[in-house]
Order: sequence, then C-alpha cells, then structure tokens
Amino acid sequence: MSDLRDLYQEVILDHNRRPRNFRKVEGANRTAEGHNPLCGDQLTLYLRVEGEVIRDIGFHGSGCAISKASASLMTDSVKGKTIAEAEALFEKVHAMLTTEHKAQADLDGLGKLAVLSGVWEFPARVKCASLAWHTLHAALQGAEQPVSTE
Amino acid sequence: MTTIPGSAAQRREIGHAPFDVWRIREDFPILKQKVHGKPLVYLDNAATTQKPQVVIDTLVRYYETINANVHRGIHALSEQATQEYEGARETVRRFLNAADAREIIFVRGTTEAINLVAQSYGRTFLTAGDEIVISAMEHHSNIVPWQMLCEQIGARLRVIPFDHRGELSLEEYEKLLTERTKFVSVVHVSNALGTINPVRQIVDLAHRRGIPVLVDGAQAVSHMAVDVQELGCDFYAFSSHKLCGPTGVGVLYGKAELLTRMPPYQGGGDMISVVTFEKTHYNTLPYKFEAGTPHIAGVIGLGAAITYVQSIGLDRIAAYERDLLAYATAALDAIPGLQIIGTARDKAAVLSFVLDCAHPHDIGTILDREGVAIRAGHHCAMPVMQRFGVPATARASFAFYNTPEEVDVLVRAIYKAIEVFA
Ligand SMILES: Cc1ncc(COP(=O)(O)O)c(C=O)c1O
Repeated sequence: MSDLRDLYQEVILDHNRRPRNFRKVEGANRTAEGHNPLCGDQLTLYLRVEGEVIRDIGFHGSGCAISKASASLMTDSVKGKTIAEAEALFEKVHAMLTTEHKAQADLDGLGKLAVLSGVWEFPARVKCASLAWHTLHAALQGAEQPVSTE
Repeated sequence: MTTIPGSAAQRREIGHAPFDVWRIREDFPILKQKVHGKPLVYLDNAATTQKPQVVIDTLVRYYETINANVHRGIHALSEQATQEYEGARETVRRFLNAADAREIIFVRGTTEAINLVAQSYGRTFLTAGDEIVISAMEHHSNIVPWQMLCEQIGARLRVIPFDHRGELSLEEYEKLLTERTKFVSVVHVSNALGTINPVRQIVDLAHRRGIPVLVDGAQAVSHMAVDVQELGCDFYAFSSHKLCGPTGVGVLYGKAELLTRMPPYQGGGDMISVVTFEKTHYNTLPYKFEAGTPHIAGVIGLGAAITYVQSIGLDRIAAYERDLLAYATAALDAIPGLQIIGTARDKAAVLSFVLDCAHPHDIGTILDREGVAIRAGHHCAMPVMQRFGVPATARASFAFYNTPEEVDVLVRAIYKAIEVFA
C-alpha cells in the first residue's frame, strides 16, 4: 500500500507553502489558462520566450497542494530551457505521473521533479499534478482556448 | 490526543435506543468493508447512498425469476413484471402522497425529470420575454436545463439570492415574481450547503400569481417525509440512487392536470396508443412520458428501497440525523482553522467545510487513507462556491446508518490533514 508521504513529500509541502515564481512576468509574450473543473484548480501561466528559449516564467492561481507544488516545480525546471527541451520534459513528466516506474532510470533527467513520482498511485490526483504541464504545453503551442483537464 | 466534544452519555444516546443504528448497519453489506486497511466510513451520501440487502436481493430476484418486458406480453412472466413495476408506482405514490398513481412518471433520475419539464412544459407554455426563477443554490441539473430552454425560446433566468448562512431570501424572491414570471424551480434541500428551503412558502407565493413550481427533491427524500399535496408543488423530482435504491432510475411527480396538457418528451414504444404514418395517438398518463422499455429492475428495486426506508420511518430518520448533525457540527466547529460553509437554521445532515491550511482536495485524499469517504470539489454547484468565495469545499454528508463514532473518526482524520499541512 502506498504511503501518504509518497504523495506529500517535504519538497512538495514546501513548494505548496512557498511557491516559486508565483508572479506575473513582465513583458510576457505567451500566456495560458489552466483549469481543473473537478476540484476547482485554476492557474494562469506567463512566459517570456525569446527565440527558442524560455527566458522567464511565472504563474498565478489557486489549487490544491499537488497542483500548486507541481506548477512551482515546473516553472523552476523549464526556466532557461528551449521550447523543444521543455516539451521533451513534459513527455517525461507525463509518463512519470501515469505509469508505474520501478527503476531509477525511469526518473533520470527529471531532477527535483521526481518528488512527484508517487502521484501515479493516487489516480484521482494525477490531473492535479499534470495541470501545470498541460497549461505549459498549451502556452508553447500558442493555444487560445483555456486548457481543461476534463 | 484529540478531544471530541459531547459526553460519552450523549453519544450513547444518539447511537442507541430508540434508533438502533447498529442493527440498521447490518442491512448494508458494503459497510463491513475496509478501505486502505481501515473500516469504511462512508460520508458521501449526498453523492449516492449505499444499498441495503433487500434492494440487492430484489434486483437479483427480478432477473432470476420474473425478467420480462412490461405492458407487452400476454405470458405469465410479463404479467408478473408488469404487476411489480406498477406496484412500485403505487409505492412511490404513497411515499410522496400523490393523489393519483398516473402522476408518477419513471425517468432516469432527477436530471432527466427536470429536463423533461423544461422541454415539454417549457417549450409549450413559455415564450420569448418570459422569466424562469431558480435559486442561487441549485445543482447544475436545475440550472442548465433552464438555460438551454432560455436559449431555445428567448426566455430569461432570474436567481433568488441567499445570505451568509445559506438561507434563501424570501423577500428577494417575492420581488422577482412579476407578470413575466412563468415558472419557478427550486431545490428542496441543497446538496452543497444542506439548507432545507421553505418550499411550502415558495410554492404559495408563486401560486398566488398562478405560477407553477418544480421542486428538486434529490437531497430531500432520504432525510424527511415529503408530501407533495401538502407542499402544493406542481412537479417534484428525485433520484432512486440517493434513496438507497438502484442507479439509473428516478421519479417525476407532476399534477395530472398539467401533465395531461404537456406533449410527450420522447417518442417510441409504450408512449403511443395508435400509430399510422399519418398520425400517432399518444398513450394516456403516465405512459405518454415513458417511451421505450424502462429500467424495470431499477423501478422494482426503488420500490423495495422505499419500503425499506419506510419500515424504519422517515420521521425517525429525520430525528436521528438531526442529532447526528448537531453532534458533528459541534465536533467540527471545535477544530481550529475549520470553517463550516452553510449554517442555515433548518439544515439536513450535510457538512461542507474548508480548512485554512489545506485545500479540500488534499483533505479528501488524506481522509480517504483513513477510510473516510467524503467529497471534495464544487458539488455541481459552482455558483454556490462563487458566492462564498471558495474554489471548492470538503463535504461530509450523512445517512441514517452513520454513527457518532464515525464522526469521531472523521474528526481524527481532519486533525491528521492539519498535521500534514500546518
Ligand atoms: C440537489 C440535487 N439535484 C439534482 C441532482 C442530480 O441527480 P442525478 O444525478 O441523480 O440526476 C443532485 C445529485 O447530485 C442533487 O444533489
């Protein structure tokens, strides 16, 4: 049986209490809205993209600890990355959140994001953890519609 | 150590004579389950209630011994199935104290009942510029069908506000009733707040102006005795699955006089008397509104569920739940940083709450690990959340088989959530 601490790790609780990049970005040229209707999580992402590189990223919104911590960790980890690198990370995170990972190799390259590796055992919470990433994907694709996890 | 308000004696009094909740729990096989290794504490009864063994047995017996289509066969099984199906209609009639069994229409649930009225009555008797009054504490199923109707015919929706406790303002309601008002549709008991609305008064005020009223009774029928003639409402809707019955079945009560004037909602078998390619003659009530093969097993199961709750007695259920709610309210009120959302003076056993340190969804996950099933979210009542300025709430909703001891488990689990997030 999975333990609650697999889900609510110290790093997650910390990012929930003190979310990083919790701000509107000056001169943002990409924004996207994310929404999780089931639990009422709501998130706005602001990005300043120069050429192919995400120079700055921030977010606003309200949500559960998992969605907030995930957004905070996401912004930290994609800042300075190229669009292609960020999209590749999105794929890896998505796989981590939705499938069982037995080997450490599965988590290689995810860095701090690996603290979310316990989420897949809580199916009801996968949407919370993936909201920020889906919203990032939409912002990078330049989607106009608000993203919804439904 | 968590201290729980209320003396042991008080708890014993709630838990035992004259209402033997432990005996009643024996009727519900699912309540013996463990979840994550802990005894199940099921407090999500507003979403759906558990089923007693008699209802489960009734479904099995139907399929094992009398399965046949209704109203169609000349053989023994069909006659028996028809008899039991119509017997359930009479059981529902008595349950709601309707004047006539023809006023009981079997549908899929509350949602379909409201859609039926919005489309059949609404599209026939309302036109552009007319107004429909609902309340600010409606479930989405009593908002969206009316919005759809408004779009179709150019009518307008007006909304009765409620105060900080979650009580509707009858004064504002009266102001909304004008010569343009052609329909009123209100919830009897709010699923998000627990508020019991003064339906009798709401109906009276509308009827004084000749306006028909639908009451959404989805959350009411399992908590209190309902008498549609005493309420005076024109339509009353509820779902079987929130009343210990099977899913997929519900009831629309409508006054015969109105139902007779309304066109069918769907076309098909059973709802006709004569069909030619030139013209179809519709069947009489209630069959006019029951197109196609109905959920026969479900209807018979609902009949069994009603008989079951009546054997306990709705007045006794209401009294027991009142004590349980008082106990749970006091217990939750004593938790630091917890705010109860919905504090109406007349309330059913529903406790919506928020914690200052944890989001409802996180509370839900932590409680689940303790075996405690609650709901976290907007409860299909997003306008209610907006009114209170919260994105979501955690909601514990009780049934007559819940115990004060389960409230104690809930309280300990909430403290556990606080421990994680404080
Ligand atoms: C007040 C209220 N109305 C209507 C409904 C819809 O019932 P159903 O989904 O069974 O049609 C519900 C169910 O949650 C409810 O609580």
